[in-house]
Amino acid sequence: MSEIPVTHILFVSTALFFIGMYGLFTRRNMITMLMAIELILNSVNINFVVFNKYLYPEKLDGLFFTIFIITIAAAEAAVAIAIIINLYRSHHSIDVEDATEMKY
Amino acid sequence: MSASQIIFYLISAFILGCGILAMTTRKIFRSAIWLLFSLVGVAALYFWMQVEFIAAVQIVVYVGGIVVLIIFSIFLTQQSGKEMPKPPLGRNIAAVLAVLFGFALTFLLINKYGFTDQGKAFDWSVNKIGTQMLNTGEQGFALPFEVVSILLLAAMVGCIVIAMRSKPEEK
Repeated sequence: MSEIPVTHILFVSTALFFIGMYGLFTRRNMITMLMAIELILNSVNINFVVFNKYLYPEKLDGLFFTIFIITIAAAEAAVAIAIIINLYRSHHSIDVEDATEMKY
Repeated sequence: MSASQIIFYLISAFILGCGILAMTTRKIFRSAIWLLFSLVGVAALYFWMQVEFIAAVQIVVYVGGIVVLIIFSIFLTQQSGKEMPKPPLGRNIAAVLAVLFGFALTFLLINKYGFTDQGKAFDWSVNKIGTQMLNTGEQGFALPFEVVSILLLAAMVGCIVIAMRSKPEEK
């Protein structure tokens, strides 16, 4: 367990975060952008658990933050998908470039 | 190199490989499936860290809930076999550069700070989590728990209202 330095786990979560950022920058489809956000939230969760386990092992606050983040991510995904389905009904496309009525 | 280290690097390679594939493949359904594997890999990382409760929550909520929801919405909104258009080259290069510089900066910061393991055993149990979650006193999480439950109720009602087809005049 202790042979892995804490920094290596943090590197994994950093890499996962920036993979999600890459997806958010390049994709223009709303569902894939939602997937990128899920990856980013997961990397944050890994960070919370790692900091709690290795730096403050006598407390539980990181685990609570992880549980609340997972709950809020589920609510956010449900609302986002409801909005996407509604948008698909009115525009017949879920590309963000096509939904520009509220621009300017 | 011990077995635990080898397993850690295997899990990390699995998470990152599936993540990269999920963000670069051009078929949207495959992207959702690679995302599913990546989330399972994150759950395996929690198992490796011996936080089995969070791993179980991760599998139940993410793999069983969010990915299934995403796959349903893919089927509802578009043809899953169709390839998505390639991102323009300029945007791709800019995104790769931004991501690489951001990663390098964070890498250097973490490397310089060098977090050290406290060396103590992490004592969590579902019993402790439950007691602290519904505790109203010091260190209790009863208020965030209630706020999150209201948020979930509001999200559920909001989803139904947003996605409801409104044609009352056809009766």
